[in-house]
Amino acid sequence: MSETQPGHGLPAEGDGGRSRAPHRVIGTPPPAQARTLLGEGPGSAEPEAPRELPAGPDNPAKARTAERVIAACFIASMLASVGFVAAYVGLEVHSLDATLRSNLALGLSMSVAFMAMGAGATIWVRTIMPNVEQVEERHPLAATGEERQAFAKTFKEGAEASGFLQRPLLRRTLIAASVPLAAAPLVVLRDLGPLPGTSLRHTVWRKGLRMVVYGPNTPLRAADFSIPGQMITVVPEGYAENQDVLAKATTIIIKFAPGQLVPNTPGRRGTVMNWTVDNIVAYSKICTHVGCPVALYEETTHHILCPCHQSTFDATNGAQVIFGPAPRPLPQLPIGTDSQGYLIATSDYHVPVGPTFWELGADGFRGGNE
Amino acid sequence: MTMTEKALEGTGRFLDDRLHGARGVRVFLRKVFPDHWSFLLGEIALYSFVILLLTGTFLTLFFQPSMTDVVYHGSYTPLDGVHMSEAYASTLNISFDVRGGLLMRQIHHWAAILFVAAILCHMLRIFFTGAFRKPRELNWLIGIVLFTLAFTEGLFGYSLPDDLLSGTGLRILEGVILSIPIVGTYLTFFLFGGQFPGHDIIPRLYIIHVLLIPGLLLALISAHLFLMFHQKHTQMPGKGRTDTNVVGQQMYPYFMAKTGAWFFFIFGVTTLLSTFAQINPVWIYGPYNPSGISAGSQPDFYLGFLEGALRMWPSWRWNMLGHSWAFNVFVPAFVPLGLILTALAIWPFAEAWITRDHREHHVLDRPRNAPTRTALGMAGVTFYGILWLEGANDIVSRFLDISLYVTTEIARYAIFIGPVVAYWLTKRICLGLQRKDNHLLEHGVETGIIRQLPSGEYIEVTRPVSEETRAVLEARRGLPQIEAVGDDEVPARSARGGLGRLRVSLNRALTEGIPLPHGNGHGNGHGNGQAGEPAPVSAPGARPDALEQGDGDGDGAGA
Amino acid sequence: MSWITALRRRPAAGYAVVLLGLVTIGMGYAALTTQGSPASAATPGTVSPQTIAQGKELFSVTCASCHGVDAQGTSQAPSLVGVGAAAVDFQVSTGRMPAKELAPEFDRKPVTFTTEQIHSIAAYIASLGGGPAIPSAAEVSTSGADLALGQSLFITDCAQCHNFDGAGGALTFGKFAPALTASTNTQIFEAMLTGPEAMPVFPDSTITPAQKRDVIAYITRIRAEPNPGGFSLGRLGPVTEGIVGFLGGIGVLVFLAMWITMKRRES
Repeated sequence: MSETQPGHGLPAEGDGGRSRAPHRVIGTPPPAQARTLLGEGPGSAEPEAPRELPAGPDNPAKARTAERVIAACFIASMLASVGFVAAYVGLEVHSLDATLRSNLALGLSMSVAFMAMGAGATIWVRTIMPNVEQVEERHPLAATGEERQAFAKTFKEGAEASGFLQRPLLRRTLIAASVPLAAAPLVVLRDLGPLPGTSLRHTVWRKGLRMVVYGPNTPLRAADFSIPGQMITVVPEGYAENQDVLAKATTIIIKFAPGQLVPNTPGRRGTVMNWTVDNIVAYSKICTHVGCPVALYEETTHHILCPCHQSTFDATNGAQVIFGPAPRPLPQLPIGTDSQGYLIATSDYHVPVGPTFWELGADGFRGGNE
Repeated sequence: MTMTEKALEGTGRFLDDRLHGARGVRVFLRKVFPDHWSFLLGEIALYSFVILLLTGTFLTLFFQPSMTDVVYHGSYTPLDGVHMSEAYASTLNISFDVRGGLLMRQIHHWAAILFVAAILCHMLRIFFTGAFRKPRELNWLIGIVLFTLAFTEGLFGYSLPDDLLSGTGLRILEGVILSIPIVGTYLTFFLFGGQFPGHDIIPRLYIIHVLLIPGLLLALISAHLFLMFHQKHTQMPGKGRTDTNVVGQQMYPYFMAKTGAWFFFIFGVTTLLSTFAQINPVWIYGPYNPSGISAGSQPDFYLGFLEGALRMWPSWRWNMLGHSWAFNVFVPAFVPLGLILTALAIWPFAEAWITRDHREHHVLDRPRNAPTRTALGMAGVTFYGILWLEGANDIVSRFLDISLYVTTEIARYAIFIGPVVAYWLTKRICLGLQRKDNHLLEHGVETGIIRQLPSGEYIEVTRPVSEETRAVLEARRGLPQIEAVGDDEVPARSARGGLGRLRVSLNRALTEGIPLPHGNGHGNGHGNGQAGEPAPVSAPGARPDALEQGDGDGDGAGA
Repeated sequence: MSWITALRRRPAAGYAVVLLGLVTIGMGYAALTTQGSPASAATPGTVSPQTIAQGKELFSVTCASCHGVDAQGTSQAPSLVGVGAAAVDFQVSTGRMPAKELAPEFDRKPVTFTTEQIHSIAAYIASLGGGPAIPSAAEVSTSGADLALGQSLFITDCAQCHNFDGAGGALTFGKFAPALTASTNTQIFEAMLTGPEAMPVFPDSTITPAQKRDVIAYITRIRAEPNPGGFSLGRLGPVTEGIVGFLGGIGVLVFLAMWITMKRRES
């Protein structure tokens, strides 16, 4: 089908699109996009604009070899994508080894697919596309003086027409209405959470509550915790599954040899001996810096080190801070034994545990003083 | 016409009839993009964001953002029978019971690492080349907001699996918010829905992470890109490059191909990392438990500087009238971050005020040609870097055999000394490089040809630098100086008063540089009408030649 | 070889040489660092007087210079009376003892004695003051262990020093909690039982032998696990991940960016 048809004005199919002059039956109105004042006809076509971009590569020979390389890259990418699908279908997971194989196969095929595409495209740009340096002129970003004046005029006229500036009553009442309209919906966020109240000041520890070793959740006899240098993490009995409780009530107990603990006296802070049982002392495991569990107990130095920010507490004298950003000692939990010899708390902590908060006050820093 | 051409023409006409696009799209296709490898850093961030969206969508199809307690009975046997949250269990499920799940999780996390790392590198590139100057200050500010959103998004994202490591991070977050005076306890209880950990934090972080922040990021990234397109990209100094043109290659087909290749490379490198480098193996960390913790607990790298600040701070606090000011937490958590972000945000305006330079800048500075700015930037990088390194101080201590407390003590002094040393060192290096450039301009490049003169002396033949290199070497040195005193010996208006004198002294400090060698007759190669050179270093009080004092009358580029 | 000369002047040549140098150094370092090998932990049979005598002799030659002639301790080393055979077996079978120099903490190093010799020294020390005995093979066997309980105990009482994977961690003043990668079941049991150096003691009355086996099962299981996501990067967490992200990720991408934007040679 290479004949032109009346009324269409399209160039004949067979001429390869080289001539820009449309062939047209005389008398037929020209198509819209080729309309000129002088009408159309062979020979009156507009002169071709000069090319902005060269049509072919700078080095055709190099481009031909590069073409093979690029094609190889794209074929590799294609194969890799197919391989990805095959690996997905063929490799199961559900175990560590199987997951390893699947991850390796899927990841490798996908990596090859992407990198090969990228490499092919890069070589294409660098060898097939002709090397050009083009210059584009910048226009000043600022508008001209006239444009700015026109803008200012439009803006001013609109403001005057709106009456916003001339009528202070309207303006002020509008603003007075908009502000609460924007702010009022914020009140619905109130129920995001309860008010803190005094909940940060207390834990669940109370008189008679047994300690259990966290993990096995079995209670611990003082007699079974008798070797100096021992340390273990304990939690209140019955609360081992309750993370909200654990976040404040987790405690570490450490056993010392006789004479190692430094007693708390009016002149000098130390361990409150009334709160210990047979040289077993209990401290909060919640760091007073920002709340990480502080449990690196160094038996030789008697230091408790927090792994987060290296706050260090001296376990022999009431967990005083000896290094690091913690501002106050670890609270000491008063402990005793029940009738069967199991370790229990004899009251809650006397000061709030954990990080410092606004309402804490100086009382929170007094350490072991009662 | 061929079928293809007919189809293209038909489509084109369809769209143009409705959208009036022919002219606009043609302008877009012919837009010129300059070439430099450092211009691709921002695109790493952009395409990493795209990768995050794609892999993130996959993950949302399988992840359960719930803290309901479940007992695990999936494929990872060491945790069989263990109590954990549904969020953690679903993460294990994605990793071991969904094909491609582990790969998607890893690509998502590595892409997040690359996203923030690329933003950092891109931001530094913008700073050191002065691309933040007028008219791009808005884009700089948008970029800073993007940076902040990016690392917040990362923090919330890696906290979603509710594992031991990220849960510890949430615990620290709770402690930090508690330390805020007056409102701290209320904010904590509202955020966590009660006491820590509660049951609400994971679902809340989830919606912020998959909807709110990505929405903000999309909007701001679009604005960032639009501004860059509208104002056109900056370019490195070179032959034929001025403040009124862009030299490079046009969008279609060059830049499209290059940026497409770049996208594939970024995706490919991210996938390579995800194939061969395990990241965030939550199954080894175990589910979160407030009574357990690991040695060497760190947040992802982009929060390392906050972690380091918390570690190095002394235990300052103040109790007053029944209330406690927890300076030991509040200050390191907010002050270094606030300092850095504020300094970054005001710098373009501060520099413009000091130099009184209100012209448009589209040609970048080589970092050596703005020695004081580069030195200040390196001082900032050092400040950030010391905080970051201190965040890993226990691992540094363990593997470099430095006593643990010593690392913190060193950091406490280095945080002050380090930036000062970095400033001085960088400035010296920049000035030295300027002298080297002068040497090249005056003496030319060594050719490796040795010639013997009739007198018996051996010399190495040099040739003058090429035109290209000359144009680069002659790029403007230093920043423009302001006139302190007019011809009539009366101080200029901008230099009067205490503030004015401060401005002048800051100006002298900021504009230090080695002048170009005289008599090479080539001027500055810009054609932007800038005359004169900055004062030589050896005579800081010397009166400079009068410079154009663009004072913002808005006609843009120079003359 | 002229192709190498031709490439020498390319702009990327310098970078390639640096990269090659870094890779060579890295591989060389990795090849040269060695790990100490753990001694086998066969349980001793009944202890005979000859064993004790042999142990005493070995002790007086190697250990008495620091620990005292009767193991009563000196200013340089603590008393060993009452530490038990388990403590001796742990310290000597991991190579920590005999120590070559005074240090805040001792790391594993190549073992000096044979297993039989170690048991004889242990028997001698046990004869001085009793203390925990070397566990039998059955006592440290992990078959039928409760991995979940082991995980719980490990995370709560061990990971804060030894890291979630047993990769080790820093303590104060130059001390450290060592990595658990090379520890045998017996050594882990003995360490919990005797609390060597700065480590606290976890006697059987607090962590029962069964619970110790659960912990050992978890440790040995975790460290032997393959890494399905690729190389483990040391299992140290985000620090090594960040290093790899910058050097591996951004670094490689920068080289690729240079390739894409490099000026093309005039052909």
